[in-house]
Amino acid sequence: MESFIAALMNSLALGMLLFLIAIGLNIIFGVLNIINFAHGALYMLGAYITYTVAVLTGVSFWIALFAAPLIVAAIAVVIERVMLHRIYDRPITDSLLLTFALLLIIDETVRWIWGSTIHVVDPPASLSGTVRLLGIQQPVYGLFVIAMGLIVGLGLWGFFSGTRAGRVMRAAAIDRKMSRLVGIDVPLVFTAVFAFGAGIAGFGGAIAAPIRAISPAMGANIIVESFIVVVIGGLGSFPGAFLGALILGAINGFGSRYLPELNLVMPYIGMALVLLLKPQGLMGRTAS
Amino acid sequence: MAEQNTPILSTDALTKRFGGLTAVDGVSIALNEGEIVALIGPNGAGKTTFYNMVSGRMTPTSGQVLFHGSDIAGKPPHEIARAGIGRSFQITNVFNELTVRENVQVALVSHRGKSLRLFAVLGMDRALRREADEILARLGLESMAELRTGTLSYGDKRLLELAIVLAIEPEIVMLDEPTAGLTPEETRAVIELIRNLRAERPYTFFITEHDMEVVFGLAERVLVMHRGQLLATGAPEEVRQNPEVRRAYLGDEEEDSAA
Amino acid sequence: MSRRAGLITALIAVILVALWFLPAWAPYFYIFVAAEILILGLFAAGFNLVFGYTGMLSLGHAAFFGFGAYVTAMLLLHFDTPLAFALIASLAGGGLLALVIGFFCVRLTEVYFTMLTLAFGMMVFSVAQQWRSFTGGSDGITGFAVGSFGLGLDLTLGNPAVYYQLTLVIVTLAGLCLYLITISPFGLILRAMAENPERVAFTGIPVRRYRLYSFVISGAFSGLAGGLFAPFTRVASPETLHWSQSAEPVLMSILGGSATFLGPFIGSAIFVLLETWITSFTDRWMLFLGIVLALMVMYLRRGLLGTALDRLTKRG
Repeated sequence: MESFIAALMNSLALGMLLFLIAIGLNIIFGVLNIINFAHGALYMLGAYITYTVAVLTGVSFWIALFAAPLIVAAIAVVIERVMLHRIYDRPITDSLLLTFALLLIIDETVRWIWGSTIHVVDPPASLSGTVRLLGIQQPVYGLFVIAMGLIVGLGLWGFFSGTRAGRVMRAAAIDRKMSRLVGIDVPLVFTAVFAFGAGIAGFGGAIAAPIRAISPAMGANIIVESFIVVVIGGLGSFPGAFLGALILGAINGFGSRYLPELNLVMPYIGMALVLLLKPQGLMGRTAS
Repeated sequence: MAEQNTPILSTDALTKRFGGLTAVDGVSIALNEGEIVALIGPNGAGKTTFYNMVSGRMTPTSGQVLFHGSDIAGKPPHEIARAGIGRSFQITNVFNELTVRENVQVALVSHRGKSLRLFAVLGMDRALRREADEILARLGLESMAELRTGTLSYGDKRLLELAIVLAIEPEIVMLDEPTAGLTPEETRAVIELIRNLRAERPYTFFITEHDMEVVFGLAERVLVMHRGQLLATGAPEEVRQNPEVRRAYLGDEEEDSAA
Repeated sequence: MSRRAGLITALIAVILVALWFLPAWAPYFYIFVAAEILILGLFAAGFNLVFGYTGMLSLGHAAFFGFGAYVTAMLLLHFDTPLAFALIASLAGGGLLALVIGFFCVRLTEVYFTMLTLAFGMMVFSVAQQWRSFTGGSDGITGFAVGSFGLGLDLTLGNPAVYYQLTLVIVTLAGLCLYLITISPFGLILRAMAENPERVAFTGIPVRRYRLYSFVISGAFSGLAGGLFAPFTRVASPETLHWSQSAEPVLMSILGGSATFLGPFIGSAIFVLLETWITSFTDRWMLFLGIVLALMVMYLRRGLLGTALDRLTKRG
């Protein structure tokens, strides 16, 4: 029972991290009609920036937690203005190719700046240690990750359904020409959306920094997993991203505890099963 | 009259629901062999949905589509095409990267069962070439055979679409707004062409159209849909005089001007 | 038009003859470079059947390439089979794996397809990493020797020059085979599907099944390329299954031009030569690659050969 609860909490924490990446992918796909291959690289960048801000400058982790998403978002603005905006009217595979190029550039630049070795960030003192919950000692930081995922998820949901900016984004996603006609500055919205999605990934990276070994490979790993999340949940679906992330978190969290010899393969088996039963994903609306 | 001979195609209570919305509500029609039938109706009447169900682009929620008496409802497009129903699309749907002849050959390769020939050279298949050129000639496109399709005018692309449809030798030719976007002269030419084609072979034409001039100049029978249901059917003149049809169109216009 | 085709054929023949006699005068280093260009060129051309001709971007082709490498390496290591047999097994193995993975992937289109191929590719990679007892884990499979070729041919395959010439012959034959497929009626259907699958379906073609056919053929040739690669590098390692390996044929096709048959081969030559040259003075090769790819996608989407041919056609 104790190991079950530990695996459950671990699954939830993993799921929330995946959710932060997958939801950004979904938002960018929904509005820009682009699959951002470099999304994992932006997450990785967030973790490295957290490392540099928190460790090297000696400033607190909390400042890094705010700085990382902002810096990643600022970089994303440059990326969108210099590269992405040129290919919005092209077939979607071109966006995959271009963001793949971006992934190579970011990956290698990170290796250049920070090297290929693993970096470690300690969680702040207030989030270190364990607390007794549900009958076992839980790492406080794991609970923090779960809370952060839920807060961001709820915040985004409120933003898209309750604010003007959120509705503008959704309008731009549904019909670009119409949005322009009613006075929405579409290019600006696109830049903002890309920066927004990238910022969430950067935030995910910052949150992940104290529990993950920071290495150039972390981006590649999470992008493959968040693709699986998106395929399981349904592309472009907000609840789908949440559900898919929880499922994949559970596969990883429980799999590594109970089926260690299969834990690398399990996510793919789960994905294949979902595809056989529901090709458009669990929450996907249109069959493609 | 329709009762006397078995129809080539009929639908029985064909229905499509999207969530809570019923786009097509129990529509039953019959097409007789060799007829030119037009499907009309105000915007949002469910024409396109109905049309897509017949051609296999959409799966009906319920009801039947009987082609030569057997139910083809919900079958995938390629099976319906192979059975003998060819269709064109409202938005031009040709292969811009291929040559004009190759466009027709795509359909011919499929129709002649040559699509799994991996090691034959397409350019050396004389029969495919001759047949493609014959079809292009019927539509007056023969001089453009070698051109890349992307360079064609809009009107020629619409003709090429018709050529692709004819290449699979369909019994029923479904044309989705064949004159949309054409100039008046081009429109007249298409009307003339469809008449000539029907004179050549006993095609059954099933057309949707916005342009009433085309409808009344071409169709022998008109089906009118309104709010997902079949409102009227009959000869063009009957339908034109039908008070319900007039109301449906006028009513919609009023709604439009109110909006 | 046909004069140009004759000119190109003659040019290719000259290049092939020159490549055949390369070992007569070039140092070993260049023979290795040429062999790598040929093998990766075949991989890229096989990949491009799905990408350029059928219009589907696969990011999981390393699975077939790497699988082919493992098949040949294992057959040579455990059964000492003639190389010809191992290569045929790699071809069949690549096709078979593509059939299994493709069965799932072709159910979806566009982005979904791409994401799925990536995920399944990484699944194969994970299996190779995790199943240590069978695949050797991250070390891969080494220590196999290339004995006879089989088919009654007496070749000293241990000699790199001989292995290179064999590679040249096999890649040429396989390339010819692929080329025939692209100009066949089947190839026309693929090209049409790349542009407008729905229109093709309405001419009576079961599009999903034809996508699978294309995927399987493409996987088979990728497997063959992998089979040639293992004896060349003397190892079948998980890296040949990794997604960064899947990226190579994508980059090569884009570099050379995915709308042309020879584009991937030219892309392979540029890629390998650039890599050899750039890694000789910096290890930032991937950064360079990323920038080149980004520029190609933004400004030269039809690739070097494709753009050159476009220019020629416009003038002519």
